Amino acid sequence: METLRGKRIVIAKPGLDGHDAGAKIIALTLRDAGAEVIYTGLRKTPEYIARVAVEEDADALGLSILSGSHIELVSATIESLRRLAAEDIKVFVGGTIPTPDHETLKGFGVAAIYGAQMRLEDVVASLADHLR
Amino acid sequence: MSARDGGGERIDPRQPPSPRPETSSGIPLPEFLAREDGEIPGEYPFTRGIFKSGYRGRLWTFRQYSGFGSAEETNERYKFLLSSGSTGLSVALDLPTQCGYDPDDPMARGEVGKVGVSMFSLAEAETVFAGIDLSRISTSFTINGTAAILYAMYVALSDKTGVPRSALTGTIQNDILKEYVARGTWIFPVRPSMRLIADTILFSNEHTPRFNPISIAGAHVRDAGATAVEEMGYTLANGLAYVEELLRRGGDANSFAKRLSFFFYVHMDFFEEVAKFRAGRRLWAKLLKERYGITDPKALMFRFGVVCGGSSLTGMQPYNNISRVAIETMAAVLGGAQSIFTCAYDEAFQIPTEFSTELALRTQQIIAYESGIAKTVDPLGGSEFVEWLTDRMEGEIATILRELEDYGGVEKAIEDGYLQMRIAERALERKQKKDRGETVVVGENYFGAAGAAAVEYGEVFKPDPASEHRIRSRLEDLRRQRNAANVARTLDALERAARTSDTNVMPYLVDCCHAYATLGEMVARLKACWGEFSEPIRL
Repeated sequence: METLRGKRIVIAKPGLDGHDAGAKIIALTLRDAGAEVIYTGLRKTPEYIARVAVEEDADALGLSILSGSHIELVSATIESLRRLAAEDIKVFVGGTIPTPDHETLKGFGVAAIYGAQMRLEDVVASLADHLR
Repeated sequence: MSARDGGGERIDPRQPPSPRPETSSGIPLPEFLAREDGEIPGEYPFTRGIFKSGYRGRLWTFRQYSGFGSAEETNERYKFLLSSGSTGLSVALDLPTQCGYDPDDPMARGEVGKVGVSMFSLAEAETVFAGIDLSRISTSFTINGTAAILYAMYVALSDKTGVPRSALTGTIQNDILKEYVARGTWIFPVRPSMRLIADTILFSNEHTPRFNPISIAGAHVRDAGATAVEEMGYTLANGLAYVEELLRRGGDANSFAKRLSFFFYVHMDFFEEVAKFRAGRRLWAKLLKERYGITDPKALMFRFGVVCGGSSLTGMQPYNNISRVAIETMAAVLGGAQSIFTCAYDEAFQIPTEFSTELALRTQQIIAYESGIAKTVDPLGGSEFVEWLTDRMEGEIATILRELEDYGGVEKAIEDGYLQMRIAERALERKQKKDRGETVVVGENYFGAAGAAAVEYGEVFKPDPASEHRIRSRLEDLRRQRNAANVARTLDALERAARTSDTNVMPYLVDCCHAYATLGEMVARLKACWGEFSEPIRL
């Protein structure tokens, strides 16, 4: 099932959080689903990540954060995308995001938030839906 | 008046007696039962444990991980934990401290005081440990990239508070190899990082003989995706890499090997966890004896701490985690752990509350004082099944070691990104097995309330948003108040020491701490000499 064929997706780790298992699981899964995946590696600033997403002509940008700093890091990343006039790049967030913060992130413009308990095929289906 | 009259001494509710060596029916229990092959606990190759008297002599250390926000808040929490029966502290540090950035560094934005306490200088350490006698507690620092600096800070703190360095007990994790593979708080390239670790161990040998200068950790690799066999295999491989480094530096193996300790996760497969520890303990002793000719029995002892919980816990139906942690703690005890940290049931989705932290500690206390499993040493020893599984695990772990050696060693496997890639593949497999329903997780992929993902939140600890600002102003105050010439002089000396290959940088770091140089300043000087690790990205 290559539901993401032709899509370019950047997976990024903003901030100092070094837990990258989730980011890599998603990167491998999206690649298996046909997407072109670019993984930034650890410890990247929001400004750097936004620039990579633009330079790679990404359809989507996935941010993985488990350190509790998602409010600051996500808003800074979206702000950077805006400054680069790249609001068309859809932003997704994964990691440990407490439910009460979901609305806040969506208010910043995040398209969807995925948690560790979600089935991978559901993540792929949801992404495909958003990127249609 | 005698105790029989109902008078007598009142019990001290914080000091329960050691478990009595008899069953609840009064059947006396031997220290251990002899096995056919004659192997007894406390003797090479230590399959049955490193102490002849097991937990009868001394229970394991009950350790809880804590630390958040500002130094004052952390100090209060520590005093609370010590007053409720903790025997060791475990310091959680924020990510800027772990990655070598001061709170005012642009890289630290939004992360100051978040996942732990900010400890950017000796002044912060003084506040965190105010009113706590360092000679009477054991402190464990979960710190790696900047471990040498935090250790230097703790040594400087003991100097300042008049506690002899030789009285310090505790642990710094200081295991950089697994940071490259799983946890990600690396700073310098592999080579200088290995040198820095050898420096800390050699310094500790001389100055703080009761302090563990390294805790070689499989826990994070495991939590990221590795199997139990891989967790032990990669960890022993890393341990051997440190041994080789120390030998290159001219260390005496019989002496430094006593300073190596280990740290693992315990997940849910009960007997495999027990066998993992028995097998690892035996294999480590054999490797040190056969490869390096180490003869001192103390140097062959595989001492380890564990954490129960981690990725075996779920955000869905979180109270189920209390049962999981209890089972895992029993596996750790039957495997012979020296210290146990029990995760709070809510750790999968929030910073644990006082309630959940206390409950996690009570779980250990129930197992220690009520369950009776600590009364006899290695009670599973001699079980056909457990011995068979121990042998099988040992064989599998040895295979992993051989594979890594054939690849060219762990350092090469890390620099190439090979190990990182293997862990990522395992993580994907583990997740797919859950998704497909092959691995049963009660309350998550089975027996969950239909469609319910909701978690009931306790009184969640919210880091105070003003806390980051307060921490930054403390840094500004420090920069104004300290003697700038002293800071510059000690930092210059540090840089000179780091540029030579055979000078131990530890005494220079201690001097920097005494002068109130900041962590970020010390790291910047070391980066100027050694450069930074560049992460290989292979997927």
